[in-house]
Amino acid sequence: MPDRLPREVIAMRVAKELKDGNVVNLGLGIPSLCSQYVPEGRTILYHSESGVLNYGPMAKEGEEDDDLINASGQFLQPTAGMSFFHSADAFAMIRGGHIDVTVLGALQVSERGDLSNWMLPTRGIGNVGGAMDLAAGAKRVIVAMEHTGRNGDPKIVSECTFPLTGPRCVSLIVTDIAVISVEQEGLILRETAPGWEPREIQNETEPKLILADDLREIAL
Amino acid sequence: MEKIYTSFNESVSDIFDGAVVMVSGFGGTGGTAQNLLLALRNHGAKDLTIISNTAGLASLLGFGTLPGQTAIDVGSLIDNDQVGKVIASYPVSPSPSKINSFESYFRKGKIELELVPQGTLVERIRAGGAGIPAFFTPTGAGTQLSEGKEVREFDGRQYLLEHALKSDFALVKGYKADTLGNLTYRGTSQNFGAVMVRSTGVSIVEVDQIVNVGEIDSHLVHTPALFVDRIVTL
Repeated sequence: MPDRLPREVIAMRVAKELKDGNVVNLGLGIPSLCSQYVPEGRTILYHSESGVLNYGPMAKEGEEDDDLINASGQFLQPTAGMSFFHSADAFAMIRGGHIDVTVLGALQVSERGDLSNWMLPTRGIGNVGGAMDLAAGAKRVIVAMEHTGRNGDPKIVSECTFPLTGPRCVSLIVTDIAVISVEQEGLILRETAPGWEPREIQNETEPKLILADDLREIAL
Repeated sequence: MEKIYTSFNESVSDIFDGAVVMVSGFGGTGGTAQNLLLALRNHGAKDLTIISNTAGLASLLGFGTLPGQTAIDVGSLIDNDQVGKVIASYPVSPSPSKINSFESYFRKGKIELELVPQGTLVERIRAGGAGIPAFFTPTGAGTQLSEGKEVREFDGRQYLLEHALKSDFALVKGYKADTLGNLTYRGTSQNFGAVMVRSTGVSIVEVDQIVNVGEIDSHLVHTPALFVDRIVTL
């Protein structure tokens, strides 16, 4: 089997999707890495549910301030041009369609773009946090994740078997072996990781993939 | 119209058994009224319904907590058997191998949970203070959190009917208050508190500083004085 892309490279590929001037909300895990890889010359305004827009780097050790956190509870550096607001406004921004792109992790994504990312049925209880609001409200939902679960089980499935975060909300899936877009006609395989054949990617994906006319290798 | 209390214990002394109490904070110590929570723990009121973003994350995992500090949060009340129900968006630890006291009480059937998406939670609180009994939101439509809720279609999209939340008391952390009750917050610590003060019978606000009227620039007031009933500081 060819190599799988590391998390940082998944994040780099996602970062290419972020356009100059976009307002972007990044979820936990791989999505949180994307801000490090935005191509130069693009200004992105990052939004966090904790109540801040246009945050910058994380705080240096010894300079942490507990009144300055992102949604993961990480401490932020004070940065010129930041603005702060309460949670009702933070979510009016999300639900009101003011977030251009959200990048989220996933447990499962279905053929139709349904997203499951808040609860493992085996645990029976979970945290929904802001995920359902982002799934329902962001203009574009990109999923960044490993293509399969720890046991090699497909995470891109015909029907989500885990509780849904939102129906028909995902438009692009970037994984450690492929870039797949969710379209009316189904899932289109657009890019493959170096060395991966479409047939091998199909083997790790439950629904049928449609090969893009201009199918190509992932470029960063 | 004296709003300033000199004692945390006194400021929460009328919180009764079975009260609905909103608790501010995103999850970390910023914006969490830790001294008021400690006072409520000492006071001992039981069978409380707590409305809060988390059900205790900082005290367990150090989420949003400065290195070397131990947080007081909703978990401190649950540990003390004071909570019968939690309304929250992020009730449990993200790691199933390190569970918070809420989850262990929940698994023993000793505490109830109403799980609400974070944006719906804060909008329900906002509505409660704004004279709006219910509203439609797209969040949660088509998921298991829509069960039992009225669904209505607008412009071809499904929306859920969600009802306003109110409380008997709100324990909120601010930064500065003037003696009239005008408030400011620091950074990301407005979060739930700045909304909860509006939808509660009695808002009790812990601040870092109490200043004279005029010392907070009126242009920079986040919460106007009418939403603030009690102010207390260390």
